[in-house]
Amino acid sequence: MAQSLDRLKESPSQTAGPYVHIGLTPNFCGIGGVYQSDLGSTMVNDQTKGERIELRIRVLDGTGTPLKDALVEIWQADADGLYNSPSELRGAADPDFLGWGRQPTDMETGVCLFRTIKPGRVPFRDGRPMAPHISLWIVARGINIGLNTRLYFADEDKANAEDPILARIEHRVRVPTLIAERQGDTYVFDIHLQGEKETVFFDS
Amino acid sequence: MTEPGSNRTPETGAFFQRDRQWHPPAFTPGYKSSVLRSPQKALVAFDNTLSELTGPVFGHALVGELDNDLIHNFARPGESAIGERIIVHGRVLDERGKGVPGVLLEFWQANAGGRYRHKKDGYLAPLDPNFGGCGRAVTSEDGGYAFRTVRPGPYPWPNGPNDWRPAHIHFSVFGHGFAQRLITQMYFEGDPLIWRCPIVGGISNKAAIEALIAALDMQSAIPMDALAYKFDIVLRGRRSTLFENGPERN
Repeated sequence: MAQSLDRLKESPSQTAGPYVHIGLTPNFCGIGGVYQSDLGSTMVNDQTKGERIELRIRVLDGTGTPLKDALVEIWQADADGLYNSPSELRGAADPDFLGWGRQPTDMETGVCLFRTIKPGRVPFRDGRPMAPHISLWIVARGINIGLNTRLYFADEDKANAEDPILARIEHRVRVPTLIAERQGDTYVFDIHLQGEKETVFFDS
Repeated sequence: MTEPGSNRTPETGAFFQRDRQWHPPAFTPGYKSSVLRSPQKALVAFDNTLSELTGPVFGHALVGELDNDLIHNFARPGESAIGERIIVHGRVLDERGKGVPGVLLEFWQANAGGRYRHKKDGYLAPLDPNFGGCGRAVTSEDGGYAFRTVRPGPYPWPNGPNDWRPAHIHFSVFGHGFAQRLITQMYFEGDPLIWRCPIVGGISNKAAIEALIAALDMQSAIPMDALAYKFDIVLRGRRSTLFENGPERN
């Protein structure tokens, strides 16, 4: 026997369930008067620096049916590539941009909309710039542990080609599952949980 | 950005990897909804970058006076929710055993009869006009939190022909990095439904299931007012700076 490492185990995840809205977006599901507004519903104000964009996201199950009870959170850098976080040591991020947003998928259409800004580039661990990207976390009924993925931008071909995380993906045919298509100021991104077009999910 | 109300040095080390044998896997067919909602391809792994090491931090200013009192935060003036009055409290720790201060916890639950205030819940047990079912708190300097609520009832759900969820409270927890983000469920000591539930049963390790069961805590009960349950939550720990000297001094 050796000495104990004396560490705790992380609390095991459980599904967010079909009524996740009660806790995380109560106003969206008709529970008014407890919180002024749903946390994460507004990401930008008039002062926020950067190019305004809209993300139009759907989450699809193994039959291609959009989930109407999913919840998506996004986390991203500001226009200069700085995170609004205590662990960001490279400089102060835009004070008018928290960098975090939360939206449920629409109960009828399954569409989830974020109004945000296009993020700047952030360095990888060795200092090389990563391509502009937004980190996503997806929870829903039937998802036992939150799924992590990234959204990259179709109009950033050159940056995407040198991105160290995209380069990690052995099966190159899967890389396009992480690239959102541009339509005007909107980026369209379908997340396939399962099947032939399955989105790349990360363990990091 | 400095952490609200604190002069702690921010930590920047990478998070310990997740033990995905300990967590439930994506595909747990006893829980039917997971069948079409579970990825079938392997996750792509990489060590944390700044995008995972950083995360939003919400100050105590976010939290209103009644946010951690579910008995009153939806109730009409002078009234309160019906049910077994309880206090739920505990600490948010990381895998190194350190308290995690200044992190947002959100919780939601059914009422005492097992009915959720949600238009998709058609269970015949009635709504309680004085109970909404949501609350939140930000952890104190030592990682502590507490809220007041009523004990939720068990409820039936369309999975197997006669499946009932044990009494539970959903928890959503932020850490200091987006990679620590976690949603889980708290169960109550002694509930015989825990061991029959396909959602709980997605976790294969008995000790992992027990980590989600809150203990009755008579020391924290308020006589003639409320019982208490203690529920600690553990988030991923961080590596300390031993011999790493990348550009971010991780």
